[in-house]
Amino acid sequence: MSENKSVKMEFEVAGGDFERAGEASAKIKRMLQRLGIAADIVRRIAIGTYEAEMNVIIHAGGGKVAAEVFTDATEITVTDAGPGIPDIDKALQEGWSTAPEYARQMGFGAGMGLPNMVKCSDKFDIQSEVGVGTTIRMRFEHISEDL
Amino acid sequence: MQLKDVKELLRAKVLTGEGLLDREVETCCGSDLMSDVLAFTKRRTLLCTGLTNLQVIRTADMTDLCALVIVRGKIPGGEILEAAAENGLPVLATQHTLFEACGILYQAGIKGCSKKEDDHE
Ligand SMILES: Nc1ncnc2c1ncn2[C@@H]1O[C@H](COP(=O)(O)OP(=O)(O)OP(=O)(O)O)[C@@H](O)[C@H]1O
Ligand SMILES: [Mg+2]
Repeated sequence: MSENKSVKMEFEVAGGDFERAGEASAKIKRMLQRLGIAADIVRRIAIGTYEAEMNVIIHAGGGKVAAEVFTDATEITVTDAGPGIPDIDKALQEGWSTAPEYARQMGFGAGMGLPNMVKCSDKFDIQSEVGVGTTIRMRFEHISEDL
Repeated sequence: MQLKDVKELLRAKVLTGEGLLDREVETCCGSDLMSDVLAFTKRRTLLCTGLTNLQVIRTADMTDLCALVIVRGKIPGGEILEAAAENGLPVLATQHTLFEACGILYQAGIKGCSKKEDDHE
């Protein structure tokens, strides 16, 4: 990759599709590995992206997952035209969840996803409007803590 | 400890990944909650779980888990094992319950994933 170039990937994610849930995140992870990004950074990006992808599938009826990899950082943007989040501060609290029973049976719905995205990323931004949808932007600097 | 020691300790059956049993296991997590696995595990952690759906394999992939131990004698479906094999993720099955499996491994010296234990390193 040269300075001003970036590598982009974008995926449509279908709502309620648990068979394929996580496929977009897995493909982004493979691309980052191929590009030679350090394993600890790839892991943080994969976890953050997967949490956002699962939210779109569980709470928003589908959306888009996009990755843009620069030399110094990766940006993940996850958008949906779902119901939106009425109280973002509440949603960002650990343990707050409106996940339906079937999601809980699959091991989700602990209200940990958004806090985990904040934790994994270096920059986190959420825009959400009721009846319009939700957009999450995460930036991950390529600064490895691996020796 | 290596995965093959885990296999011995839990008298487990290897469902996939027979060739990867020399993997090193340092930390372990026992949970049916993928939300917690995503939020609290470290790299190369062993996951003991009673869940056998595709999301367990995906979660293992995203968090770089070293292997899965399925408890209570459950056997996951063929497509789950295929996905695990594709990702190079060993899957073991034991008759022990989640509590027992974790207890046996803890007693044998495997650490948990909590931050507190991290401080002691
Ligand atoms: N894309 C979204 N569209 C609408 N609501 C959302 C969206 N993402 C999150 N929410 C709301 O915010 C709450 C908290 O989300 P968060 O990801 O933290 O937890 P969760 O998805 O409920 O559980 P977990 O992530 O632990 O599986 C959700 O329960 C839901 O009410
Ligand atoms: Mg979530």
